[in-house]
Amino acid sequence: MSLPAELAEIAEDFNAMPENERLELLLEFSDNLPELPARYADADLERVEECQSPVFLTVEVAQDGDRTVGVFITAPREAPTTRGFAGVLTEGLHGLSAAEVLAVPDDFPSMLGLTRAVSPLRLRGMSAMLGRIKRRVALEVRA
Amino acid sequence: MSSEQPDYTQYAHPERLVSTEWVAQNLETPGVVIVESDEDVLLYETGHLPGAVKLDWHTELNDPVRRDYVDGAGLAALLSSKGISREDTIVIYGDRSNWWAAYALWVLSLFGHQDVRLMDGGRDKWVAEERELTRQKPQRQLTEYPVIERDDSTLRAFLPQVLNHLGQGPLIDVRSAPEYTGERTHMPDYPEEGALRGGHIPTAASVPWAKAVAADGTFLPRAELEAVYLDAAGLKAGDDVVTYCRIGERSSHTWFVLQHLLGFENVRNYDGSWTEWGNSVGVPVAVGPDAGELSTVGAAR
Repeated sequence: MSLPAELAEIAEDFNAMPENERLELLLEFSDNLPELPARYADADLERVEECQSPVFLTVEVAQDGDRTVGVFITAPREAPTTRGFAGVLTEGLHGLSAAEVLAVPDDFPSMLGLTRAVSPLRLRGMSAMLGRIKRRVALEVRA
Repeated sequence: MSSEQPDYTQYAHPERLVSTEWVAQNLETPGVVIVESDEDVLLYETGHLPGAVKLDWHTELNDPVRRDYVDGAGLAALLSSKGISREDTIVIYGDRSNWWAAYALWVLSLFGHQDVRLMDGGRDKWVAEERELTRQKPQRQLTEYPVIERDDSTLRAFLPQVLNHLGQGPLIDVRSAPEYTGERTHMPDYPEEGALRGGHIPTAASVPWAKAVAADGTFLPRAELEAVYLDAAGLKAGDDVVTYCRIGERSSHTWFVLQHLLGFENVRNYDGSWTEWGNSVGVPVAVGPDAGELSTVGAAR
């Protein structure tokens, strides 16, 4: 398992900040989470049951040589932590090859240096999102 | 925006509750500190009441190693760093109908902070009324909050005390119905806080926390609260009551209702709650919708 450059960079950015400022960076990811593309407006997306707020996600795997992955997640504004996690995963995974996404370590959330600032319990929501993304990508690749 | 002020004098301790309007009028009052305490650790950063200080239950009020709260020195350091004095009026509000705000209030009460109140309706009501929010963090002067030892004997119950309480006094289980019956070992949408066994503590009455609040998250009038807790759940004046949920946050909300709004004098929150009880070896458990018998009690005493 190896960390793709995009995710490694995000993890570095978090860890480079003093612990009490890392939430500010997470807030930026939360603020900048892209809206779902219009084609998913009425789609029946996968609910991330492990998250306490209504969070839905889906992936696209292109039929190109790399099997390029698209990641789409939506979370309400009242749940900024979850939105922040979604923003990190979208920015870090979107555009990677399927093989790269599947190789992301399951404990990536623990590499962000947020365990103390956010609490381990809250970080589990991010692990759940990552797990669901990887599972969907694996299904698409096998299909 | 409604300017109508609820009549808090109907409650046993009306000084424990303030309205959003009162808070709006007192944002800059010396000696009043507004505190936000949320489930979502980032919600404060997205915008909070002007001048409000953040207090996080998970990362600040808990001991980082043991499953317990900070000690007297820890709390003194924490509140001093936030610019809160022992004499200050602390007004707490938060998300999810004030669950975590009530939890923070209860923890501060363990340390005997005299004047600590809830903002009725919590963060959602303030937002719904389109009142001001800001991302600007307050610069408060550091204080010297004294080191006060936590009193765990008056407002808090531990597992052995709950075992001894069985058959002696009422318990209120404030979790959802499927958690109470044992169909679920965790709260809907909270699978990470599960337990090995499902069900409830025998003899506990099921009164989900939400029965205490109106649609806008404010507390129900006293007469309606009495209908829920006295008439339906069978509590009687003078009862020694123990409340619990899964980790003690929703039951802090109910503790607040019983202690401060209805005026019960002996209410203890069992913060170990189901994540302790449902994982403990040998303690009695009842399943299904009935409160259950005491027959199995004693095994673990």
